[in-house]
Amino acid sequence: MAAVKETVETVKTIDVDQYKYGFVTDIESELAPKGLNEDIVRYISAKKDEPAWLLEWRLDAFRRWQTMIEPTWSRVHYPAIDFQDLHYYSAPKNTAGPKSLDEVDPELLRTYEKLGIPLREQEILAGVEPKNRVAVDAVFDSVSVVTTFKEELKKAGVIFCPISEAVREHPELVQKYLGTVVPTTDNYYATLNSAVFSDGSFVYIPPGVRCPMELSTYFRINEQKTGQFERTLIIADAGSYVSYLEGCTAPKRDENQLHAAVVELVALDDAEIKYSTVQNWYPGDSEGKGGIYNFVTKRGDCRGARSKISWTQVETGSAITWKYPSCILRGEGSSGEFYSIAISNGMQQVDSGTKMIHLGKNTTSKIIAKGIAAGRSDNTYRGQVSAHRKATGARNFTNCDSLLIGQECGAHTIPYIESKNASAVFEHEATTSKIAEDQLFYCMQRGLDEEEAVALIVNGFVKDVLQQLPMEFAVEAQKLIAISLEGSVG
Amino acid sequence: MAPSVVQMRTAAETALIEWFEAEAPALVGAAEERAAAMERFKAQGLPGRRVESYHYTDLRSVMRSLAPSATSSATSVPAALFEGLGGHRLVFVDGRFTQDAETPAELTIQPLQDALKVGLTPGRAMGKASDVVVDLNTALMRDGAYIRVAGNTALPEPLVLDFIQTAHEANAILARVIIEVGAGSTLTIVETHRGKASLAYQSNTMVELVLGEGARVEHIRVNEAGDRALVLSTLAARLEGGSALSSLSFSSGGETVRQQSFITYAGENASLDLRGATMIRGRQHCDNTLVVDHAVPNGISRELFRTVADDEAHGVFQGKIIVRPHAQKTDGQMASNALLLGDEAAMSNKPELEIFADDVVCAHGATCGSLEESQLFYLMARGLPRPQAEALLVEAFLGEVLEAVSGEALRDSLSARISEWLAARQAA
Repeated sequence: MAAVKETVETVKTIDVDQYKYGFVTDIESELAPKGLNEDIVRYISAKKDEPAWLLEWRLDAFRRWQTMIEPTWSRVHYPAIDFQDLHYYSAPKNTAGPKSLDEVDPELLRTYEKLGIPLREQEILAGVEPKNRVAVDAVFDSVSVVTTFKEELKKAGVIFCPISEAVREHPELVQKYLGTVVPTTDNYYATLNSAVFSDGSFVYIPPGVRCPMELSTYFRINEQKTGQFERTLIIADAGSYVSYLEGCTAPKRDENQLHAAVVELVALDDAEIKYSTVQNWYPGDSEGKGGIYNFVTKRGDCRGARSKISWTQVETGSAITWKYPSCILRGEGSSGEFYSIAISNGMQQVDSGTKMIHLGKNTTSKIIAKGIAAGRSDNTYRGQVSAHRKATGARNFTNCDSLLIGQECGAHTIPYIESKNASAVFEHEATTSKIAEDQLFYCMQRGLDEEEAVALIVNGFVKDVLQQLPMEFAVEAQKLIAISLEGSVG
Repeated sequence: MAPSVVQMRTAAETALIEWFEAEAPALVGAAEERAAAMERFKAQGLPGRRVESYHYTDLRSVMRSLAPSATSSATSVPAALFEGLGGHRLVFVDGRFTQDAETPAELTIQPLQDALKVGLTPGRAMGKASDVVVDLNTALMRDGAYIRVAGNTALPEPLVLDFIQTAHEANAILARVIIEVGAGSTLTIVETHRGKASLAYQSNTMVELVLGEGARVEHIRVNEAGDRALVLSTLAARLEGGSALSSLSFSSGGETVRQQSFITYAGENASLDLRGATMIRGRQHCDNTLVVDHAVPNGISRELFRTVADDEAHGVFQGKIIVRPHAQKTDGQMASNALLLGDEAAMSNKPELEIFADDVVCAHGATCGSLEESQLFYLMARGLPRPQAEALLVEAFLGEVLEAVSGEALRDSLSARISEWLAARQAA
């Protein structure tokens, strides 16, 4: 069966030519000289006023990176990247530590307004609490320009600030956790990031605290010929809870820009981290010119017993996506979740998925991945589920479906399922017709034709995934809800 | 940029290359194909963990050295593995081809060298697939058979390909059988592999099948190789329009086993039913790798593989369904299920889909786990001791795969082998 009309139309509206965030902010920036060498690493470190240990850490990573070879195993193709033809640091001028929003360059504020990102803290009027408040850390090229709701979060004991500020003010926490989930030796791009990371968010939730609001970081690449290398570190101490959202956009440019981020999550005993992404980097034009290379390493470490990490992602942007948000299920009874909708159009290439590494006893994980390919794009799900010798009672359920719209695109599924423990139970399915006959019958009996019935049931299912997103992101993701998976392939 | 890594040649790699260079003048036919295959091997070497398709079967470390080329200790042709099955038997003693009866009228059988000498091209059934084990076989194959079945013929009795290792010292066996089945013909092929126990012999055999339009072939591959053997067994098949292939790999032997199947759809409306039943124990390693290439529209494929791993055994399933652009209306369903009986047993599943056409139905499933406690409880509550209850469940689990075997005698014989395997497990 071919895809339903509604789905085709929905995918069209998010086609590469319709990219809404492609404008450029005209703002004076301070750029590091092009190229990458030890001096640039020192330059970035000096700009950030970093302690010696961090510079040393960066230099170690840089030296290691020089010995590494670019990975080629993923199902994506692109011309060789000239790492010497990039600016590794770019910051809007006059942003040195604004105390309040009034000191932020109005041009920047207009940019975020245009992007629909609320930077003004809503006032509490006559005791009426506004709903759905979000604290935002806005990262523009290589620096964080503003972080909202800091005071209120401080009252709850939550630390939410740019990572460069955390290095200065909470060095003990940064030093204790930085690089413990994604070591500097991890992979080519993570090592590069360790050497040149510029900014990103740092979150620490103290024991027993439920973060009073959603935390969010909005990444914007603006300058030409720059790479963005942000680093995010989130630590949820025992018994705490945090929901974190991440969004990103970039202007339309003819050149390809590199975005190599690292995200590290640490969940201690009974803690829970919910990490949501709506990735909407500029995907390039319909001929595949320009667009962001999104090479990201995201990993969560369920270090404590009964801890939980949940990744939700809606991937629509980037010329090339190469990311595998993973969970290391170390703590006894810990659990990991991965919900993903990846849509590719035009000439986009997506190679994305997850890893669930079961190390501890009675660990559980769940993967729901939906890939939709249109135009001349390629959409690959690549996932690994593994149980190590001691992972007694590990449990995984994986479901990945993909849908092709048109004859020139490709959808691929490459799961690796490795069990070294007899008591681990793994189930993997990638099916087309998981719609139960009785459900179809029920709907059709009430007057829907088959196509409508299928759309209704499948949309209900996709909604389940989208509902994993916090309210604030749901709006952006709403337009994807109409997507059905009829005629899909596993 | 860092320089690319150049791997050192292992002893086995060097030996294989030297062997080829020494033997090349004596190898008959297909000189170009042999040389090209050897060049590819020289460029790649034996595949290790870093080669995607050999990630779970590290041939580079398994094949430390090369066993000397085949010598035989057989003075007479050994008896068939399946007594009473009948049929026409072709025996490959340590890779050397002998026939134990007169060729039936429906068949044309030639020793492989004779056919190669007059221009038979090997590798036609491989399609676009490429594989290093096949390359080695192409470069070094010395013996085998070329069999043709005329059009519109139905062979009442199976064709038995009996690969048997008899030498008292470990040896290396290389053989290939190429079978062309004419349009509208029906054939059953039983391929068996046996060898001496406690002997680290190496076997690399390949069966190439070309199915003419509307041909129907049932292929059953039984691996009962010696417990120290390295068994590399390849099936390559090319399916013309409307043909149907059903192939079962039934494996319990060998120390390290890789059974590969490369299937290419060359004509529309062809269908495929690939099945596997694997029983491994001790430190056995068994890898079932398939590549099903839907190059044309309207193909149907079904893959069902079941693995039972006891002790420290390691089962591997790698299945790849490719749907090429314009191969619309393809229907591919693949499943791999594994039962881990031993605490140290392991299973690696990699069911892959690579799809470039939008109007297709493809699905795969993979499961892995131990025996369901509630099912065991149910049986034990009815008076069965635990070992018997386990055996019953395992038999049912593997039995499903055997259902497709059309010959009753063979099916019974295979299920008796499952029972024997389970009985040995209980005795241990």
